[in-house]
Amino acid sequence: MSDLAKVLIVDDDPNILMSLEFLMRKSGYSVFIARNGTEALELLASNTPDIALLDIMMPDVDGYEICKHVKETEELKKCKIVFISAKTKESDIQKGYDTGADLYITKPFSTKFVVSKVKELLEEN
Amino acid sequence: MSNLVVILSAFAYLLLLFGVAYFAEFLAKKGKSIINNGYVYALSMAVFCTAWTYYGSVGKATDDGVMFLSIYIGPTIMAFFMIPVLGKIIRITKFQRINSIADFISTRYGKNFTIGIVVTIICIIGVIPYISLQLKAITSSFEIIVNKNPGGNIFLENSTLIITLILALFIILFGTRSVDATEKHEGLVAAIAFETIIKLVAFICAGIFVTYGIFNGFEDIFTRAAKHENLNKLFEIDAEKSSYSSWFTMMFISMMAVIFLPRQFQVSVVENIKEAHLKKATWLFPLYLFLINIFVLPIAFGGILIFGNNSLDADTFVLALPLHFGQDLLGLFIFIGGFSAATSMIILETIAISTMLSNNIIMPVFIRNNLFKKTIDQSFSKVILYVRRISIVLILVFAFLYEKNVAQHFSLVSLGLISFAAVTQFAPSILGGIYWKGATKNGALVGLIAGFTIWFYTLVVPSLANSGVINFSIIENGLFGFSWLKPNALFGLEGFDSITHSVIWSMFFNIFFYIVISVNDKPNAQELYQAEIFVNIYKHAKKDNQGVWKGVAFIPDLNALLENFLGAKRAKNLLQSYAQRNKIPIDAVKEADPRLVDFSEKILAGVIGSASARIMVRSITKEEEISIDGVLKILYESQQLIQLNKELRKKSSELTKATNALTKVNEQLKMIDISKDEFLYTVTHELRTPLTSIRALSEIVHDNPDMEEEQRMEFMSTIVKETERLSHLITQVLNLEKYENGKQRLNLNSFDIIGLAKEAADSLKHLAGNKDIEIQLIYPNSSLLIHADEDLLRQVILNLLSNAIKFSTKNNKIVLRIVDEQDEIGISIEDFGKGIPSAELPYIFDKFFQAHNQTLKKPQGSGLGLAICKKIIEMHNGKIWAESVEGKGSVFRFLIPNFGARKSEQ
Repeated sequence: MSDLAKVLIVDDDPNILMSLEFLMRKSGYSVFIARNGTEALELLASNTPDIALLDIMMPDVDGYEICKHVKETEELKKCKIVFISAKTKESDIQKGYDTGADLYITKPFSTKFVVSKVKELLEEN
Repeated sequence: MSNLVVILSAFAYLLLLFGVAYFAEFLAKKGKSIINNGYVYALSMAVFCTAWTYYGSVGKATDDGVMFLSIYIGPTIMAFFMIPVLGKIIRITKFQRINSIADFISTRYGKNFTIGIVVTIICIIGVIPYISLQLKAITSSFEIIVNKNPGGNIFLENSTLIITLILALFIILFGTRSVDATEKHEGLVAAIAFETIIKLVAFICAGIFVTYGIFNGFEDIFTRAAKHENLNKLFEIDAEKSSYSSWFTMMFISMMAVIFLPRQFQVSVVENIKEAHLKKATWLFPLYLFLINIFVLPIAFGGILIFGNNSLDADTFVLALPLHFGQDLLGLFIFIGGFSAATSMIILETIAISTMLSNNIIMPVFIRNNLFKKTIDQSFSKVILYVRRISIVLILVFAFLYEKNVAQHFSLVSLGLISFAAVTQFAPSILGGIYWKGATKNGALVGLIAGFTIWFYTLVVPSLANSGVINFSIIENGLFGFSWLKPNALFGLEGFDSITHSVIWSMFFNIFFYIVISVNDKPNAQELYQAEIFVNIYKHAKKDNQGVWKGVAFIPDLNALLENFLGAKRAKNLLQSYAQRNKIPIDAVKEADPRLVDFSEKILAGVIGSASARIMVRSITKEEEISIDGVLKILYESQQLIQLNKELRKKSSELTKATNALTKVNEQLKMIDISKDEFLYTVTHELRTPLTSIRALSEIVHDNPDMEEEQRMEFMSTIVKETERLSHLITQVLNLEKYENGKQRLNLNSFDIIGLAKEAADSLKHLAGNKDIEIQLIYPNSSLLIHADEDLLRQVILNLLSNAIKFSTKNNKIVLRIVDEQDEIGISIEDFGKGIPSAELPYIFDKFFQAHNQTLKKPQGSGLGLAICKKIIEMHNGKIWAESVEGKGSVFRFLIPNFGARKSEQ
């Protein structure tokens, strides 16, 4: 790891976005934030994050689509995907993993758990 | 031959008869019935051949030639109808536990007493002379065999009386064993069958002796007879004597007599054990008639050829011929044969008529006078037995006296035919009764009385006049001098023999009244019911008919009633076995099953006759008269079944409908369940969002004591805001739940809506001011009363106003307008914000519409506000809707009915 690891955070709730941004910065990562799906896709066009923390339910483009885009794009194939969602049904979680997620975390989450898991995933690379 | 030998032989024979009867009863007790047998049944039917056949056929043959055969051809023809007609009568008799012909007719016509009495009287007057005839035959045959001089032996003079008394004893012993007259008389029937064999064998012996002993076979006799001047005319039917009509009449009345003579009804119907035995009888009985008639002509011719046309009575040829040729032993046997023919007839006829006499005449007197009720002890059965025994003695004494004083004026044959003609009167009411439902009691009664009266006037009156008992002028000049009332030429009808003449008129009036009155009569319910049972017996006899019984009886009463007549043990046995067979509970407390009541009545009918039984059973029940409705129910049973089928089909389709409806409801419930799940899921999801922020931010603040103060303050205030959002959401959810469940009751009162609107606008002034928004109020009067729930309406207005503020752009206005629409009050809240896409307008009042439609997802709001507003307005019977033009703004309007407030205003 020559540079700082790059983390993309996507959520339409500003408060959650705020807390995740704080946690990631404190862990020493380089952080990109997007307040909706469209912003996220724009960011992904010019950046190659190492990990993306995605909300699923968003007004324009939902988390599944962003995940799919990441998995289909050659330059982004190293990017880990973590869903952080209020969708807690078994079927939703399964769908998340089927789309290609490395991890599915349900809201409300434990900050320590998120931080340690992000760290683990980044070390795999 | 000496008197002593003959008398001893006669007594020895009677003793043998007792022996046979005892033996049969002995076997029956061991469970081996000899009479349960088609052969015995057919033989017992041959009781039709009495001493009149035995001696009289020969006499008749010498007078009228082959004419004598008509009396046997009739029954032979009847044999073809045995299974359909007699079979049906037997089935009815068994089913209804009928015990005599009088009971049969009475039962058919509504268990009527009067008709039973009339039939019994006809039998007594019409048939007892016939019994006398048998006694006369015994006496005559005695005189011939002992060749006595008139007025000789005192013992012989009284031998007929003694024999009569012995027969009475026999009948009492074997005929009144049990009170139940429908019970089979094993011994009696066995003895009768035995007697029919004896008489057949004896007669054939006589015939063989005459044909082959005296002459050289049939050919010899017939050849000689053909040469004889008086005999050759006998071979043909004499047209001059209007013989065709006589033939027809003889055949007709003998056909009727073979069923309707009381003794014939007794053996072939009452004593019948199995209907299947009829099949044997259909060929065996005609065969018997054939055999017993083979030698009639040879004996008749032989007698005339031997004795010439002298004074000797042709009725005695059978006996006189062997005696003339010194065959004393054969003569004795032939005498015994004749004796058996006579006694068998006497026995059966007496038992049959005595049952009628006791059950149809004497019992009803007892019952009518409540004699049975007054003495509730167990002696009824004894009373009944004594009544029946006394009846037997009465009948025999009557027959004996008749023989001594009247019968001498008649020949054997004429007496027999008179009886035949008498019982022929039963034909319309019985045959009509089992095939024609329309026949009524009054029709039968009047028909019977008319037929019997004419019978009496045309057959009995002339005999009485001839014998000098009444004035002879009635024959010559007619009754009261009216020539058209001459007994021998009624209504001027002449040219027929007396029997034919009588049968024509009696049957004409009998049938005429029977039909005419029946057709114009209104039968009562009981008659209709019985008619249905009789005519459609095969339908009803299959099952245990519950009938139209509507009475209420109790087991102990039924039991006591049966006990009185049958004895405790038998009553209990009968009831219990019936109950077990039909799986009816016997409960001493509850009402008896209708079938049990019906059964008891039938059992009792066997003992005291159906009409009396009905009265007795009625005495212990609270019976509602059988209603016409009840009878119609039975009459139209088949139609009802069809109806029932239809109803069943209807029911099943209704069931299908119900099932479908249930399935629908079930689906709806499932949907509700699903949407309930959905709702819960959505709610928890909505709760998770603020909760997530709160937890994450709290943990951060907690774990990072060294974070910047400014950032910490921001985090903390966000936590507080999110907590408020969370509690607001929870309140909204609970409220909605309350409204939807109907748990929330409206707290109605009248208040000023304008005041409320001003108040709401004021409370949001600050919030609106933040966005430089002015809230403008427009209203018609200074105040407007409304009858509604003030708190809930405030909630609606606040909700709509805050939504408007939320969606308004800066520096704009919101218009709150109140309109008085007479019967309702309209409120609208208009903003000039970005508006709502028209596609979404229909859904904005749905719960969590925001959550489902992500484009509208906003950080603020629970997604339940509009749903709650809608619910509140609907609870007030009002309606709410939104109008919007995208980019220009939205108007939310609601209307609330306002009758109550206006009334209180006035």
